[in-house]
This record gives sequence, structure tokens and C-alpha cells, in this order.
Amino acid sequence: MTTRLVVDPIACDGRGTCAELLPELVSLDDWGFPVIDGDDVPEALVGPARRAVAACPLLALRLTPA
Amino acid sequence: MTAAIDTLPPVAPGLPRLLPIHGDRSPATLADHLDRHGPVPPLPAAALLDALEAAGLTGRGGAAFPVHRKWRAVASGAGPRVVVANGAEGEPASAKDKTLLATAPHLTLDGLALAARAVGADRAYLYLHRHPQLIPLVRAALDERRRAGVDPVAVELVTAPPRFIAGEESAVASRVSGDHALPRYKPPRVFEAGVRGLPTLVQNVETLAHVALVARYGAEWFRSVGPAEQPGSMLFTVSGAVAAPGVTEAAVGTTVRALVVAAGGSTGTPQAVLLGGYHGTWAPVDQVWDLPLTNATLRPRGWAVGAGVVAILPAGVCGLVEAARVVRYLADESAGQCGPCAFGLPSIAEAMAALARPGRRGRDTAATKRWAALVERRGACHHPDGTVRFVRSSLEVFADELRRHDKGSCSATSHRPVLPVPVTAGDVGQWR
Repeated sequence: MTTRLVVDPIACDGRGTCAELLPELVSLDDWGFPVIDGDDVPEALVGPARRAVAACPLLALRLTPA
Repeated sequence: MTAAIDTLPPVAPGLPRLLPIHGDRSPATLADHLDRHGPVPPLPAAALLDALEAAGLTGRGGAAFPVHRKWRAVASGAGPRVVVANGAEGEPASAKDKTLLATAPHLTLDGLALAARAVGADRAYLYLHRHPQLIPLVRAALDERRRAGVDPVAVELVTAPPRFIAGEESAVASRVSGDHALPRYKPPRVFEAGVRGLPTLVQNVETLAHVALVARYGAEWFRSVGPAEQPGSMLFTVSGAVAAPGVTEAAVGTTVRALVVAAGGSTGTPQAVLLGGYHGTWAPVDQVWDLPLTNATLRPRGWAVGAGVVAILPAGVCGLVEAARVVRYLADESAGQCGPCAFGLPSIAEAMAALARPGRRGRDTAATKRWAALVERRGACHHPDGTVRFVRSSLEVFADELRRHDKGSCSATSHRPVLPVPVTAGDVGQWR
């Protein structure tokens, strides 16, 4: 099953935990908000992506079926 | 024996269809409305949906989505359904919805009643900004209908805060639910879960007016004006350098030239035309003047009809100054919910203001473009996307002016503002 990483931009407040845990897929913009690679999450990164989702203090990060 | 005059069926209208025939813009009473159009036929839901599909009616709120598809999506939702007539015209350069509600509210309200029946809704709302002149007119129309018992589902009036994005469909659903008029994260879209989590149809007031006429005169009549791929008439708001700015009804596919004639002709030499609104695009006058205004013609050029805004920028006014004023307004109108929009739009607005000032200090076209690409599609609604579209279009169409500014000069001979930009409540603004 392919998945994508998405952020709820309303819930997100630019804490940056996701970028720290998953720099392969998440970088921060000029104002500290996540810019997410919109393609399917590679197999090898699904585990780290799940951990990043769990670590978001605002539950703003999600994995959705692609 | 000939039939009495008052038993003859109404004649299917030519143009105008929505607006009064003789240009009298006083509000049509329920009696006037029934004289002109007759009563709403009691079409079963399936028949109306089929008629809307055959008619090819698309939304007149800007997105031009096929109406029958939206209605069918709501109708197939689980649980009680809700319909909302969206008259919250937050676009400063647009006056068509206000004009329609002020002159022919019963067309919209007929359309709303038909929508309620077609999707099986037991709640109906009319949503509009708190215009001191318009609210009493609309209340009077609702009172007339209540006394006459014409609406099986009573229509409740809900007012919108004076914000640009108050008419965004998830903001509408939020406000009608009793909360702030702030956009929500999607999914779910409002057709699945809108007002109080229920499947909700949010439809522009002009679209509903067209529905009311399709129900009476049929799909073939509807298609008798306008191009086959985007049939019917629509309301245009013509403003800027014209003698008599205002709202006019014309066939989809009319031209800027024809609309300017209807608006009393140009004052000054037209330079560029803003199409669609403040989330729209500029078109150089020589490229657009005689182009049929249909999405099929405009989209390949990166333009769109949108909600029918046609604003004429005259020569002698600096396009970059006008654009910067609009972008500042758009930045102030951010809901402030999403970081990229809340921070990105003010950065872009600051950059546009600098570009609008001739001379070398602080001007950075590259930064402006980079920020535009950075905020695109990263909000919960399309406010940042629309703003970016407008910014890119401004930089492209006014590229010559940009070069002049780079060298310290400007072509402007007039500094009087052209585009209407309201004073925003800013970050202490109300959202209810």
C-alpha cells in the first residue's frame, strides 16, 4: 500500500519536530513551517514516517493512502 | 374563445434572464416575480437533476463546477442534508451577487427551494454579508415567501463577517454551524460533511437563480445562449476605466469590448484587464479585447472567467502600484490559520510594495517569486493559491513597468487608485 505524508496546516504551528525526525522528506520554510515531499513515501522511510507522525505535538502530521 | 391574458404561460426570456428587462433595479416583489416567470413547477428531484445535467449549468461562484454533479454528491450523502445559498460576495471588484439579491431575490430563493427538494434537505440557509441596504430587502423577500407559504423548508438568514474569504465553502459551513467563518482542513469536503458535520450543498446565489429558470423553461432554453461547452448567461461586474461601472448580464462568450460598451465605454486608453477578481489574472488589452470570454478560450492562455469580474486598468496608471495594493489587502485578509499563508502573504505583500516603488533599493523580484512558489498549495484553502496567481500575473503583464522601475522611472501619470480595496479589520478583525 502506498502512502503519502501530509500536514494539516491549520493544526500545525511550526514546531519543527517532523523536520528534525524526517529530514529526508520534510524541510522547513522561511517561517519554520514544514514543506513535505508530496510523493509516495519510500518503503524504507515508512517506519520513520510513522514515528514522526506520532511525535508531532499537535497531531498535525498524517500518513494517508496515496 | 381566446384564453385570458393572465392564464397564458410566461414567455421564455431572451436576455437579460436574471436581471430586470427594463433596467429598473428596484427589487421585484413576489407578485412581480410570479408575473414575469410564473410559479416554480413541482419537478421531482430526478427530473430536475436530469434537466440540470442536460442544461450543462456550471457554478457561477467562480469555480464553474457542474451543478448537477455537486447536487448528486450531496444527495448521496448519509444523514440529513443542508443547503446554503452563498451570497457572501467578499470580492471587492464584484457586485453581481448583491445586485441579483437586491433586484431578483425570488429567483435565488426559488433555486434554493428546488435545491432543498432535489438533495432531500430539511434545512436551508441564505448566507450573506451584513449590508445595511441589502439585509432588509432580503428579509422582506423571505417574509413575503413565508406569508405565501411557498417554501416547504423555511430559509434561515445567516450573516457573514466582512472578510474576503467568508464565502469559501468550508468557511460558509463553519459560520452556518454557528462558529467563525474560517476555512476548515479538507478532507472532508462540505458535500460530505459541512454544516454540523452533515452533507451540505453550498451554491452561489447566481447559480441558484439560473436553476430557478431551468426548472421553468428547460435545458434546451438554457443552452440557447452561450457556447455549447459553457452554456447560458452570466452576470459580469465591469469596473475601472469605464463611464458607467456596474453589473451587466450577457451570454457566456461575450467580449470585453461588448462589456465595456454596456458599461458606457472606456474612459481613457485601456492598458490591461483584470479577469476573474483578486484571485484572477491580468490580460493585456490587445490580447483580450475581442476574445470570447469562455473558459475554453481563456484557460489555454492561463486566464479564467471566474466570477465575472472585468476591471479595466487605463494607461497612465501604474499596474504594479495597483497590484501591490491588492496583494496587501489579500495578505491582510488571511485567516491566519496556516503558517505559509499567515507569514508568506505579508512577505510577498512587502516585496510587491517595494517593486511598486521606482528605484533600486529593497527591490527583489526573485525573492517575490520564490515566496510565491513556497506558499502555493500549502494552506487549508485556496487563498494563498489565488494570491500567488494574481502576483505572478502582475509580474508578467507589468514586466515592462518592472524594468522601468528597475531603472528608477515609472510610466504613471495618475496616482489615483483604480481597483477598489476596502480597509480591512486586520488581525483584530471579527470572523463571525
